[in-house]
Amino acid sequence: MSRPGPEREATGLAGLDCAPGEALLSVRDLRTYYDSGELIGGQPVKAVDGVSFDVRKGETLGIVGESGCGKTTLGRTLVRLEAATGGEVRVGDDDVTQLSGEDLQAWRRNAQVVFQDPESSLNDRMTVGEIVREPLDVHDWGTPAERRARVRSLLEKVGLQEEHYYRYPHQFSGGQRQRVGIARALALEPEFVVLDEPVSALDVSVQAQILNLLMDLQEELGLTYLFIAHDLSVVEHICDRVAVMYLGNVMELGPTEELFDDPANPYTRALLSAVPEPDPTAEIDRMTLRGTPPSPRDPPTGCPFSTRCPVKIRPDGFEAVDDETWEAIEVFRETLRARGRAERSLSERAREFLGFETRFATVDEVVDELFADRELPGSVREPVERASDLARDGDEDAALEHLRAELGSVCDHEQPTAHGVDATGRESRCHRHDDEYDEPAAVGPSVGDAE
Amino acid sequence: MAADSSRPDADAGTATEAADDRLLEVENLQTVFHTERETIRAVDGISFGIAEGETLGLVGESGSGKSVTARSIMGLVDSPGELLPDSSIRFDGRELTGLSEKQYERVRGGGVAMVFQDPLSTLNPVYTVGNQIEEALSLHRGLSGMDATEKAIELLEDVGIPDAARRVSEYPHEFSGGMRQRAVIAMALACDPDLLICDEPTTALDVTIQAQILELLAELQEEHGLAILFITHDMGVIAEVCDRVAVMYAGEVVEQAPVVELFENPRHPYTRGLLRSIPSTQRGADRLETIEGEVPTPNAPATDCRFAPRCPEAFDACREVHPEPVPVAAETADEGADHSAACLLYPENETRGQAVERHTSEGETTGAGAADSGGDAR
Repeated sequence: MSRPGPEREATGLAGLDCAPGEALLSVRDLRTYYDSGELIGGQPVKAVDGVSFDVRKGETLGIVGESGCGKTTLGRTLVRLEAATGGEVRVGDDDVTQLSGEDLQAWRRNAQVVFQDPESSLNDRMTVGEIVREPLDVHDWGTPAERRARVRSLLEKVGLQEEHYYRYPHQFSGGQRQRVGIARALALEPEFVVLDEPVSALDVSVQAQILNLLMDLQEELGLTYLFIAHDLSVVEHICDRVAVMYLGNVMELGPTEELFDDPANPYTRALLSAVPEPDPTAEIDRMTLRGTPPSPRDPPTGCPFSTRCPVKIRPDGFEAVDDETWEAIEVFRETLRARGRAERSLSERAREFLGFETRFATVDEVVDELFADRELPGSVREPVERASDLARDGDEDAALEHLRAELGSVCDHEQPTAHGVDATGRESRCHRHDDEYDEPAAVGPSVGDAE
Repeated sequence: MAADSSRPDADAGTATEAADDRLLEVENLQTVFHTERETIRAVDGISFGIAEGETLGLVGESGSGKSVTARSIMGLVDSPGELLPDSSIRFDGRELTGLSEKQYERVRGGGVAMVFQDPLSTLNPVYTVGNQIEEALSLHRGLSGMDATEKAIELLEDVGIPDAARRVSEYPHEFSGGMRQRAVIAMALACDPDLLICDEPTTALDVTIQAQILELLAELQEEHGLAILFITHDMGVIAEVCDRVAVMYAGEVVEQAPVVELFENPRHPYTRGLLRSIPSTQRGADRLETIEGEVPTPNAPATDCRFAPRCPEAFDACREVHPEPVPVAAETADEGADHSAACLLYPENETRGQAVERHTSEGETTGAGAADSGGDAR
């Protein structure tokens, strides 16, 4: 094996040397599923469920979304910490998901990660010097003396002092520890760095120091960042482009400024409107979402966001039903989904089998509460009653299926495709971008910095 | 229970007079933790009050003493921690410091309830959510059996948990994060409190779920006329939920003001730095403004300004004189805008020498007792 020295050698991955602005990584239909571990009938967790995007050389691409949306799994899959289940990640002519041997080593040298929690990502029994040197040792970089010199220059680069070499992580504050994590990630001169919530665990004043450091390093070293975060204000500040993820899917992707000024996708709009403004005089016109995201084990068949979407399309023929009644139907479906997901204990299964009352038999109360004081048109009442009957017999799945067939719209039945929404190449996945429907912005409250 | 705590207490007569119109009045609260090497002054002489139905925000970085303040009010400070004898916490006219554990239990049950940051560690994993709410109901309201179950379901419905009749018999792990925090809030409401202390209640939650919980708290406050002490490090949340804000730094309150006044007219250099380092307030700026350095751990009575080493505006006297809170309301502010900052730069209409002199003499009158009692404790 050729020995990578202090002067960087050709890596074997020709695509890494593309010009700034060109696609460094082309992610196409990438899927990462986790097996449930059950022997029979287990559904895999679809953490990343078919995402496609490019990462351009020298840019910072932000990945935002709520916990469980798959953003961390996506980052880990790109650097081969997780194995992809499908799709590809192209670097030039090579597919990262298929690399092995020396090529894989070369990729690992060039794709590094800074982890979220500086408390747990540094080994407390190693000195800071050893921690930063470890990647150099593993990849057999240069001579021992060169390695030590490199570690010293790295420590200085991230704003630590030389004398920190022999200290242990516990002697440092959170911000300093994160600097050590950054030095370690940069040790092998990577092209691509995944920053997985690098500032979430830090206080706001320290967070600003680390963000400044990351921006300085990017400029100096020409790094390409994938910046994973749930804090939208941080993303808005540091990223060139942003991808918004929900339930393993990229819902919207585009340049930061346009996306924050005039979000196109209903989920992006809801997410942005949920962030409290640090301005007490700001008017709060919020789209509060109902419920929680569905389980990635059993995502909705249609649009991933359809179970919570505030501007979901209604099926033909139901436009006249008043909003509150329609909302009650959606809540009913949400409740059935929650029941379908709930674990039934053995004794409950036995009671159900024997026809005794269980806590699941209380569906009538739910129906009563939701629909008792409402005048339901026949076309709505029939499906609701049929679904209640099915649920009473313990078959929530059939009840849901019935409601979906009778009262579902295009949002429940078809996955939306990506639509270009402006001249900057921004894309959003929502059926409302089809010409026959009103745009999300036209039917929901106004959101975004521009409005 | 409410009747109990409003009963004038014999011990209460000694405190100051300003306390009467406020539900909670904290004065010169000092909570210290003794370790083998040193005594950490986690909360070092802070004073604030909360009126009925009001929301006071307590904001600061980690280690500034926010949570210890909350735990001190709840009587949850255990050895090696203690409240120094000069501290005073008056709730509904009654002095809470020095109460026995038994007496404190009734306060926690009847008047003050707390919602912690992490709902998963607040809830007991081996009991159903219903069990745990029923326990609170039986302890504080004497309800049991079906009555308690029905009340528990009602409380879960109040906090917006759908299908409550079924979920009441589920375990905490079957709830999502947002639902768990709702359940914890339901439990806090079980004892019908007048004051709710929320210690970073949304920090562990996603923004869309945070929005739901903040909305819920606002509704409950309106419904029950709750006073809320809201602890957070998120200035956005502060701006949204609070009426007044106290900014903490290294165990002290460095600035206190009505929320609009604080954001529009921050006076203390620390508050300014804190507001400036929020990324979204500096859109378009290439670099973020930062406060260099880290929050110190206060381990001795303050003889200087604890922020001075990080302060861009510090001058020589800042390292020698401990600043006392002085009124700093701008002339443009509303009449009676209760705005104070502990900084030698103020009062602004005095020369620097006069201001320093004023802080020195005020420190001598109020600080003397504190220093003495600090000595007694050791």
